[in-house]
Amino acid sequence: MLILAIDTSAVASAALVSDETPESVLASFATEDTRTHAEVLAPGIDALLADAGVSGHDVDAIVTGVGPGPFTGLRSGIVTARTLAFVWNKPLYGVMSLDAIALEVAESTDSAAEFIVATDARRKEVYWARYTFSDAQLPHLADGPHVGFAADLPELPVYGAGAGMYSDVVKAVAEFSTRQPEALSLGQFALARLEAGEQLLDSTPLYLRESDAQVPGPRKRAL
Amino acid sequence: MNRTQPLVLGIESSCDETGVGIVRGTALLTDTVSSSMDEHVRFGGVIPEIASRAHLDAFVPTLHEALAEADVSLADIDAIAVTSGPGLAGALMVGVCAAKALAVATGKPLYAINHLVAHVGVGLLQPGTGTAAPSGATPPGTGAETLPENMGALLVSGGHTEILRIRSITDDVELLGSTIDDAAGEAYDKVARLLGLGYPGGPAIDKLARTGNAKAIRFPRGLTQPKYMGTAEEPGPHRYDWSFSGLKTAVARCVEQFEARGEDVPVADIAAAFQEAVVDVITAKAVLACRENGITEVLLGGGVAANSRLRQLTEQRCTAAGIRLTVPPLSLCTDNGAMVAALGAQLVMAGVEPSGIGFAPDSSMPVTTVSA
Ligand SMILES: [Zn+2]
Repeated sequence: MLILAIDTSAVASAALVSDETPESVLASFATEDTRTHAEVLAPGIDALLADAGVSGHDVDAIVTGVGPGPFTGLRSGIVTARTLAFVWNKPLYGVMSLDAIALEVAESTDSAAEFIVATDARRKEVYWARYTFSDAQLPHLADGPHVGFAADLPELPVYGAGAGMYSDVVKAVAEFSTRQPEALSLGQFALARLEAGEQLLDSTPLYLRESDAQVPGPRKRAL
Repeated sequence: MNRTQPLVLGIESSCDETGVGIVRGTALLTDTVSSSMDEHVRFGGVIPEIASRAHLDAFVPTLHEALAEADVSLADIDAIAVTSGPGLAGALMVGVCAAKALAVATGKPLYAINHLVAHVGVGLLQPGTGTAAPSGATPPGTGAETLPENMGALLVSGGHTEILRIRSITDDVELLGSTIDDAAGEAYDKVARLLGLGYPGGPAIDKLARTGNAKAIRFPRGLTQPKYMGTAEEPGPHRYDWSFSGLKTAVARCVEQFEARGEDVPVADIAAAFQEAVVDVITAKAVLACRENGITEVLLGGGVAANSRLRQLTEQRCTAAGIRLTVPPLSLCTDNGAMVAALGAQLVMAGVEPSGIGFAPDSSMPVTTVSA
């Protein structure tokens, strides 16, 4: 099975993962910038496919990170994934973007049995989720995702860029303190779950915040 | 690529309409639009984040419907065109990313298009096409229909108020004047809210104004004082520009004065007088810009082209000044994908190179940039 995975919940990234290659990695790219998705994502995917000699016909499924993440960036990946899936007529799945970091934590040597993944939600808040983990299994999402202040997180080790930004108030794990969700881990996570016969999400974005729009109140009368 | 009768798919997402249109040369095959307007009603204006969310969910269904209606497959398309600006940044982003994905998935060339120039592009579509069922036969005409020389366009909507001079729709468009604050349609929305008339304000005010006396109150015409206008020889800083924020304030003050005196607010008269002020200043300045720039043909575009008084007075003043006025069918005046496809087809027919997939959407794209 060949999956094209896309995530723009923080940085712009895409990856080709396959159950027929070692570590399931075929090719991937990720930008460092979190604000240029509209420019870099499509050329990145185009080059990714060309370099790997893969056409849309060869792809078996498309996976998109559904956030949480800053809305405008998040949508650029989801609309890209939806459009590719429509044109190529391939199944489309969603994966919660924090799962990408959780998988990397689970595969690292210093994973705790219970931990938090946090990313930057701007406005001095973080997106976060709590995971449990036991050896040789996929990390299990126990709570979340949520958006809130870092200071209010449960007292657990925190992994991801959202921890690094607020290391004064959370137990940030140093090796992961700049880590952002990326399509490679996201795709690996999706592949592992599909192979285990588990369900994935649909491509509905996890905004976690309302649109901020205010219904205007009644106009003040002069008398 | 077929450069004489190109089949072009256009995508529009600059405000609250998700549009996908398909043209063959200058023949309209389909114009499919999904609007999030209903979701903005309770806010009294377009909320960018709500519009962006709606674009994300509407895009693939709208694309699907457009292809079915036009009875073409993506493989048949010669080129894709997308609005890359001006417009709401987050909304533009959705359409641009979708268009790029479409280009990657199909390998078709992509044109990044100026929304304002696209409003003029609909004027090049053959009248009457798009209403009959597409037969797949080659439409009449020999491809690139040409715009008249000395062409201008007056665009009035909730998002813009501009007068343009078009020497060549593919590479020579000039902004003669524009609003310096609110768009005319935005002023209608704000005043409608003041008067308790709901959203969108344009149709509500237009309807009520017919029963009111426009001469009962006189509201100011923005930027018409000599210091802004100057003379034809020595134009002032805003000779062809508009401003509607002062007008909105004047209406608010007027309503307050009636209330302070304990009198009933003459809502119909205020609506009529407000509408007269907007339409008078728009048409007066537009016609002045045309006369002083040798423009003899004008296209009226944008959603406010639906306004009965704007159409009437524009017609009247253009006729008096010897200017020929064209108003496209209303469905093509409001934001739509067909106009983007129409301009895209012009660019293909003119041999303009595609934009590639690396461009950035530009929420303040100038009209001098017809395609990125
Ligand atoms: Zn428009």
